[in-house]
Amino acid sequence: MKDFATLFTRIDESTKTTVKTAALADYFRNADPSDKLWTIALFTGRRPKRTITATRLREWAAEVAGLPDWLFEESYSIVGDLAETIALVLPPAEHEDDQSLTYWINTIKTLSTLEEEDRKAGILNAWNSLPTTQRFLFTKLLTGGFRIGVSAKLITRALAQATGQPEPELTHKLMGNWTPDTATWETLIEADDPTADLSRPYPFYLAYQLDSLDDLGPPADWNAERKWDGIRGQLIIRGGEHHLWSRGEDLMTDRFPELSTLKDYLPDGTVIDGEILAFADEKPLSFNALQKRIGRKTVPKKLLTEAPVILMAYDLLEHEGKDIRDTPLKDRRNHLKTLINQTPNETPIRLSEAVPFQTWDDLAKARDQSRDIGAEGLMLKRLDSPYLSGRKRGDWWKWKIDPLTIDAVMIYAQAGHGRRANLFTDYTFAVRSGNDLVPFTKAYSGLTDAEFREITAWVRKNTLQKFGPVRQVPPTHVFEIAFEGIQASPRHKSGVALRFPRMSRWRRDKPMDEANTLEDLKEMLATYG
Amino acid sequence: MADVLTFTDRGIYCPAGDFHIDPWQPVDRALITHGHSDHARLGMGRYLATTGTAPVMRHRLGEITLDTINYGEETQIGDAKVSFHPAGHVPGSAQIRVEVKGEVWVVSGDYKTVADGLSEPFEPVKCHAFITECTFGLPIFKWTPQDILTQQINEWWATNAAAGRTSILGAYALGKAQRLLTTVNPDIGPILTHGAIENTNEVLRNQGITLPQTTYATADITAQTHPGALVLAPPSALGTTWTRRFGPASTAFASGWMALRGVRRRRAADRGFIVSDHADWDGLNDAIKATGATKIFATHGYTSVFQRWLTEQGYDAHVVSTDYHGESLETSEASEA
Repeated sequence: MKDFATLFTRIDESTKTTVKTAALADYFRNADPSDKLWTIALFTGRRPKRTITATRLREWAAEVAGLPDWLFEESYSIVGDLAETIALVLPPAEHEDDQSLTYWINTIKTLSTLEEEDRKAGILNAWNSLPTTQRFLFTKLLTGGFRIGVSAKLITRALAQATGQPEPELTHKLMGNWTPDTATWETLIEADDPTADLSRPYPFYLAYQLDSLDDLGPPADWNAERKWDGIRGQLIIRGGEHHLWSRGEDLMTDRFPELSTLKDYLPDGTVIDGEILAFADEKPLSFNALQKRIGRKTVPKKLLTEAPVILMAYDLLEHEGKDIRDTPLKDRRNHLKTLINQTPNETPIRLSEAVPFQTWDDLAKARDQSRDIGAEGLMLKRLDSPYLSGRKRGDWWKWKIDPLTIDAVMIYAQAGHGRRANLFTDYTFAVRSGNDLVPFTKAYSGLTDAEFREITAWVRKNTLQKFGPVRQVPPTHVFEIAFEGIQASPRHKSGVALRFPRMSRWRRDKPMDEANTLEDLKEMLATYG
Repeated sequence: MADVLTFTDRGIYCPAGDFHIDPWQPVDRALITHGHSDHARLGMGRYLATTGTAPVMRHRLGEITLDTINYGEETQIGDAKVSFHPAGHVPGSAQIRVEVKGEVWVVSGDYKTVADGLSEPFEPVKCHAFITECTFGLPIFKWTPQDILTQQINEWWATNAAAGRTSILGAYALGKAQRLLTTVNPDIGPILTHGAIENTNEVLRNQGITLPQTTYATADITAQTHPGALVLAPPSALGTTWTRRFGPASTAFASGWMALRGVRRRRAADRGFIVSDHADWDGLNDAIKATGATKIFATHGYTSVFQRWLTEQGYDAHVVSTDYHGESLETSEASEA
């Protein structure tokens, strides 16, 4: 556990990817194979089954620390992490016992077979024999969730450094349903995987937001498409199988089973870049519909009919088994069109059609219609552009529509968690309704650190009432809230729910009585909902 | 019996002696616990502070009418008997004891109970009522022992120096910076200081406090002229262009807030050393117990939580609203602690 704690500390102390990668690579070179495998498992979201509830852990920690439960809870709300809170409030360990990571995980596993009294004794003994960092990590294992700023990509890069294997191969090896119980370091990492090639995705090409149309040159050089608001995905059809990858290199094949018919109509050796959209009657459904599908590993039948998905195809990366990313976009799109035209209409795939335009003014008008047809704006791609990897300037641009905005009054503030523990960063906003204020949204982001500090100082001095961690403040400060969409919601007092609300500006120039009203909000709902 | 001290919107007030303690609005007569800018402010008619606090107040506040008093020396102001006692917060810092008709109240100002090797160590003062800060009044705050802390900082500095990196350490200009100076090992490399810290060093040296040799980091001082240096700067200077001249560097903060992983990560420093000039949880509880007071007022920090805790421990505990800031990472000189 000491090695693992050292690894954790090295990663946690640094903000530099190179340092984190080096720390992981060192660990993957030197640690015990079983510990290495568990480390990969933990950092890629595979954790031992929860054997003890968070409630028990809180009670036991408070008891050992000699604290009343409410004080433990107050501490927890400041720290924002249960395992860290426990590690901090407990008295120092009385003896140290350096056992391996695997040993402690096995200890946790055996706890599930014991009576509660014995479980408690086991946990208390562990707490009493581990120094603070190890105690924190041990408790983290008990509570699940092991996010410490290590992405799957970082793990893969470190593994590549430590083993000399190419990153894409390792990415594939780490995919799927393995656990440290079903795999070993040897079978998972060291052994060759002959199927790795078949599902290997290409890196996604990403665009920057367009600053100005002025530098683009003649409109005839460009292809414009709608920018759809779904999940970017890469469909791979090879060896009679299909694989669907997300931009975050998650394999999403099983989440969208309706797309499996595509392998029957598209030839082997086809890789398509597109957007997964909830789609019915030749129109995209709202993002809300798709949201119900996200995060679901298996999909009930009802949802399949309520929110069916299609692949809105943007680009063709592999054609007849050949990587064609270097050929011009124009040619890739022609091949793509031919492929899609060969599929029957009920196949869940559509070509993301070009938006015709002669002048930039035409295009600006087309962009103005985005919201009506459920798009986020436009994509501009140079017709002779290759398919690059990563976020690059020059050939591809996204030209999103401006967000909707409303001026609202801050009425409650709450301290953030974790990184923002000593700042008030989470606010509730209201619109005016006669002499009343109706809360309608919360927002956490969009201000600068300096602004958050200023508001924090103001909240401290102007608290009217405290409700637990929430402070009621006088309705004084007006903020412009930007958001991407608005929907009716019976669950909210205001009757609306916003999509992706954030603070776009602090309207210091506006007094509270110039903030927008509930009427304004309802009008927006009627127009854009 | 009338209260010895009352809490007004100008500061803590003693009706019997007609004076304020650490006021934040202009008053005629101000008794000052220590020189930090949220306790010693401009605009008072006349000031009274310890001999150890006076130089830094003159340095910071300029031309002021300032009387000094030694620790333990008793003085009569109106109907109040007043004396100053070490608070262990920074050099010269004091708790102020006020006695009226046999009733004793003590204002702690800011304090810590562990000796830092620089400030006059905290002395518990028996009293009926104790006015305490509680910046770190939660059981999650427990400070690293001084010897381990020293070892951690020296190790960090030596490792950086060996790797050709400058070590930039963020610490408050008055107190924390000098405390760190007296604990680091000057054999590791040169010690450079930001102007705000060097000015305070000079004030303290002039009053007879011994500090290791430091070099004021003027514009011509860089990583080339002083390789492997330790640079001490106020927290606000970290992450600004000022630090660029020191080339590849590792940054660290020295603060009680570094006990929290989230806070440390938000500051994006490479290291966080858990060190504060305020009392930690055990320090606060021990200090309060040692006063023998039954009535406690919590002024700044996690006041409502701390009040509830004290009430459950059997104290007559209250929260008072003040304009003191305690230790903050978020602001610069204006509210250091």
